[in-house]
Amino acid sequence: MSETSESSLVEATSISKRFGRDARPAVDRLDLRVRAGEVTGLVGPDGAGKTTLMRLLAGLLLADEGTLSVCGCDPQDQASELRGTISYMPQRFGLYEDLTVQENLDLYAELRGVTGKKREETFDRLLEFTALAPFTRRLAGKLSGGMKQKLGLACALVHRPRLMLLDEPSVGVDPISRRELWRMVYDLVDEGIGVVWSTAYLDEAERCASVLLLNEGQALYHGPPKELTARVAGRSFLAYDPNEPRRKILTEALRRPEIVDGVIQGSSVRLVVKEGEEPPQARELGTADTQIKPTPPRFEDAFVDLLGGAHKVESPLGEHRRETETSGDGGQILVEAHQLTKRFGDFTAADAITFEIHRGEIFGLLGPNGAGKSTTFKMMCGLLAPTAGSAKVAGCDLYRAGGAARSRLGYMAQKFSLYGDLSVWQNLRFFAGIYGVPRRRRRETIDRMIETFSLDEYLDSNSGELPLGFKQRLALACAVMHDPPVLFLDEPTSGVDPLTRRDFWSHINAMVERGVTVMVTTHFMDEAEYCDRIGLIYQGHVIAEGSPDELKDRVRGGERTEPTLEEAFIALVEEYDGGPTDAR
Amino acid sequence: MVDRVVSLIVKELLALWRDRKSRTILFVPPLFQMLIFSFAATEEAKNVRMAVLNRDSGTASRDLIARFEGAPTFTRIDHLSSDGELAQVIDSRQALMVLHIPPDFSRDVWAGRPAKVQLVLDGRRSNAAQLVAGYSAAIVDAYNAELPRPGRGPRPASMVVARTWFNPNLMSTWHSVPSLVAILTTLMGLVVTALSVARERELGTFEQLLISPLSPTEIIIGKTAPALLVGVAEASGMILVGVFAFRVPLHGSLLLLYAAMIVYLFAVIGVGLFISALAKTQQQAILGAFVFMVPAMLLSGFASPIENMPDWLQTVSYANPIRYFMVVVKGVFLKDMPTVVALGHIWPMALIAAATLAAATWLFKRRME
Amino acid sequence: MRDSGLKSAAPSFGSLRRVMGLVRKESLQIARDPSSYLIAGLLPLVLLFLFGYGVSLDLRRVEVGLVVEQATPETESLVAAFRNSPYFRVHLARHRQPFEDDLVAGRLKGVVVLASDFGDRLGAGETAPVQVIVDGSEPNTAGLVTFYVQGVWGTWVGEEALSRTGLAVRNVTPPISVEQRYWFNPELRSHNFLIPGSIAIIMSLIGTLLTALVVAREWERGTMEALMATPITRLEFLLGKLLPYFVMGMAAMGLAATAAVLLFDVPFRGSVLALVVVSAAFLLAMLPLGLLISTLTRNQFAASQAALISAFLPAFELSGFIFEIDSMPWVIRTITHVLPARYFVPCLQTLFLAGDVPQVLVPNTLALLAFATLLFGLLVRSTRLRLE
Repeated sequence: MSETSESSLVEATSISKRFGRDARPAVDRLDLRVRAGEVTGLVGPDGAGKTTLMRLLAGLLLADEGTLSVCGCDPQDQASELRGTISYMPQRFGLYEDLTVQENLDLYAELRGVTGKKREETFDRLLEFTALAPFTRRLAGKLSGGMKQKLGLACALVHRPRLMLLDEPSVGVDPISRRELWRMVYDLVDEGIGVVWSTAYLDEAERCASVLLLNEGQALYHGPPKELTARVAGRSFLAYDPNEPRRKILTEALRRPEIVDGVIQGSSVRLVVKEGEEPPQARELGTADTQIKPTPPRFEDAFVDLLGGAHKVESPLGEHRRETETSGDGGQILVEAHQLTKRFGDFTAADAITFEIHRGEIFGLLGPNGAGKSTTFKMMCGLLAPTAGSAKVAGCDLYRAGGAARSRLGYMAQKFSLYGDLSVWQNLRFFAGIYGVPRRRRRETIDRMIETFSLDEYLDSNSGELPLGFKQRLALACAVMHDPPVLFLDEPTSGVDPLTRRDFWSHINAMVERGVTVMVTTHFMDEAEYCDRIGLIYQGHVIAEGSPDELKDRVRGGERTEPTLEEAFIALVEEYDGGPTDAR
Repeated sequence: MVDRVVSLIVKELLALWRDRKSRTILFVPPLFQMLIFSFAATEEAKNVRMAVLNRDSGTASRDLIARFEGAPTFTRIDHLSSDGELAQVIDSRQALMVLHIPPDFSRDVWAGRPAKVQLVLDGRRSNAAQLVAGYSAAIVDAYNAELPRPGRGPRPASMVVARTWFNPNLMSTWHSVPSLVAILTTLMGLVVTALSVARERELGTFEQLLISPLSPTEIIIGKTAPALLVGVAEASGMILVGVFAFRVPLHGSLLLLYAAMIVYLFAVIGVGLFISALAKTQQQAILGAFVFMVPAMLLSGFASPIENMPDWLQTVSYANPIRYFMVVVKGVFLKDMPTVVALGHIWPMALIAAATLAAATWLFKRRME
Repeated sequence: MRDSGLKSAAPSFGSLRRVMGLVRKESLQIARDPSSYLIAGLLPLVLLFLFGYGVSLDLRRVEVGLVVEQATPETESLVAAFRNSPYFRVHLARHRQPFEDDLVAGRLKGVVVLASDFGDRLGAGETAPVQVIVDGSEPNTAGLVTFYVQGVWGTWVGEEALSRTGLAVRNVTPPISVEQRYWFNPELRSHNFLIPGSIAIIMSLIGTLLTALVVAREWERGTMEALMATPITRLEFLLGKLLPYFVMGMAAMGLAATAAVLLFDVPFRGSVLALVVVSAAFLLAMLPLGLLISTLTRNQFAASQAALISAFLPAFELSGFIFEIDSMPWVIRTITHVLPARYFVPCLQTLFLAGDVPQVLVPNTLALLAFATLLFGLLVRSTRLRLE
């Protein structure tokens, strides 16, 4: 029925798609081949065209130009045949939250015509595969992020597709669930199914057989990830100094022209140098003690390099001296949770959680979905009253002196809670007002924020229409406008591409350098590397606490010679599950 | 603190204005209602279709029919010839009323014997039917007066003289426009408050507010004031339209009207805040507002007089703020209501306002934890 | 239009199963959504209740002031006549001033003045010994009060003349008297026409408000995209949405009609079959309207607004349910012709009060079916199983 070769499921030649006559094409003359029996990764910054391409492949959008064949079908003329042979899991998984797990499965089985004995077998297999069997009667809306994702996958798999399309399946999902998802996807691949996986997490790209790197609708690279990574071979280094703070080294490094990219990795700083350049000398970055040693390249190094390197704009937030600063040394405790406990009925979401965050420290709150992390975070913000225990911010009790405590903290919510219908300027003006920035200094403060975050271009645009990166900047600007000594960040870079994430962290680092204290939650382990200390929350307890490297050290040994933070996270949780202290 | 609240108020107003959906809600329903409803809510019968079954062949019946034909109420008069046709035109709703004149009608009239005509009316539309019956009786009455009376001199034309105050020509817009001002003010005050919190909840900005140094009371003030401003502005617009476009007279004191309006809006905003404290989504807020609005409107004395309700329901309606506001609006517009009388309707509203605002504040604070 | 939509719409077993799967899903969602209980359960009850008890156009016990400037046996007797009238609650005074204030305050709807020379003028057979002042700010009540005062007066004059003077009735009774007969609703209970009409409003609400939310919800929650990637066709999708709400609408109809008859004593003189047919035709017009709104707005909030403005308010105001369509200005009368509720209300009133009258039912049902066809056509056209 088609000339497509047996192993090639998708054949796209020079396809383009634009929305609106004058708009920049969302997908621009793209070639793509997807083979059966392997995972093809779709990576790129926000707005690169990943979702559009997915929808073109699923036949939900039609290409304006070029030829596209999916499983031998033309998406335009053979849409129903096409839809019978593929499976598609959209973002947010396409689940009916008010139906139970079983009812969701039933629906998709009916729609796909899977009946009788075959249906029972399929359900048994899928429920075992996803470990959802105990939860068949639970409403999908009541599942944790990871379980939703598995159910979404199960619904997409009620029939045996030839091609499986997964659009950002791992956003908002914890490392453990993500690892299980990959395991399931590899099982599918072994059965000969072709999988297309789009993601903003570059560590996932490394697990794909082939990646398509998209930027502004165009392919920058299409091939095995290793080949791309190989391009930066010998250009990746780790800089470490026992005495000099890593953030200082990073700032120093990014000032140098030969450095393309720099991120914090544990207590070291990971650097990528320009092609043909030598790495900087120890003294140029820190002190004579600074060690700079080569490290194996990662896909992310190559990705950033290919996109022209990190934006090396220095955050002016570091230059401004805090005026509201009280005296104090670095050891001052600014945020304190003491025996925080929250019970909902019989269920204890958080059990005697205790931690302290010192001035100028970044503290990460990590944990699997549903472990009590969000509950703890909400209690720390004063959004939820604890059943027992207390929380203090900058010396003020959140529940006794709530107003005073809240005026000392800046908060940036997960969805960048901005007023979408207000312009950028109006948002800034509003947050300056409610956080009590004095009238005479308001103008000046707003201007400084506009300059710091380069928002002038968008001042009159509705904040809802901003590109994701700018939304994030604006949200941060609104959160720090009143110069708070404490900053709370709730999954600040969820779904954001690596370049934007670097910009974001350069601002945070600059603020931390001058004494701002930060508490952050994240599912993203590369981000957790930025933390000075991490509290790992599981089943309502802090099961581990320490610097990223300390956590890695804890699980080192055996097969794990050089564990990543993600591996450490998983190992610690599993250890807690299997350990004798397990209270279940 | 004042500064913080002002920032919140400015933001609320901007958000209302800049969001196309909110703007639509602010302008389309009031406009739609003003244009359509003020005309649709006719409380008189016009353009009525009637029929005549005339079994009489004399002149009296012709005279009488001519009077019906001359009346502006009736646009079309069909002439029937049988009882079967009579049943048919009524059944099929072709005529609201049939004038049935018996065979000896003229003879009886001229002979001075009591004559009788029958009006057959469609009880499915009993309201309009009653009005039409009233008009018809008046036409017959007028004809009676002109009939020569054998023997004893002229009979008095009508011994009851009716005078209609405040609206001598019984213009229905004079009634519907002030009522609409009251109803639409309610709608605005309710929807603006009910939605503003629900929208923030949905967008996640509400948590942002809760984490800010704003106290619950400040948030409530910040949500109340914009609704009050919008409500007053919309009502002012409608008053202008009523006076200049619909030519409804405004006899009374505007000051009094605005005083009542503000007290009333507080009462409504209290209800709106209560709904918004309960609702998780905008949709729930809309439905909640709707569930409050419909009964409140129907029991306000607008659709039908409060006296027609059963006693217990009349008692319930004392808690309905629209009931009082409606009286004041109409009173100020048409009756030049004296201050003392208006105050008699304003204080119950103030009481209701205090109750709803207190309840809303309580629920709000409770739900914030 | 090259779409997968209608091509494979030929009824087949797989197609039926897909529709049933969607129907089951939709029904479960209805059952779990609090707003469906609110719209389909609570609101109809509240409306029926309100129209059953709260709204009544029958004038009863109007507060009326009676000014007797000089008491005489005649005035005594007339006051008694007013007191005996079921229509009035009478307040007495010697002077008109306090009552005129009450009229301004809205406490009285009318003032009847018997001037000090009432007795004399009556004896002399002079004109207008009675004056009635009514509150024109409520034109309807004003008209009815006048009408009833005249009625009381007329009756009283007749009886009075007869009992006191024994004169020929002819002297006071008019030469031509009018006999009124109200068919279908002889006691003129406003319940009898308000309650059938309110069923049309309930059906409009269920038909549009509820369905307006459902497709929009799929778009908002991102499930639409997942559905579109399965082999369902446009027609299957629409049937899956329409069927559950059709059943629900018919059930609500049955419930409301039963409640009308049993709780509110409204007669039902037509046949159940006719009621089912007419209601089905109305629902078939309203459901696609709701889905159309939903499909076009893709946003629950905008959809609920559009549904209220395009279905509920017109059903309320322009269907002839409370306000007589014929009495409206011609522009608005013309507008009413594009509203399905306008055709449904007369059918309901006829079925309940008159019976199966084909001249009313057939043309109105045909009009509803024409709307149904048109709207369904538009709906199919505007439903896309693609994202553009």
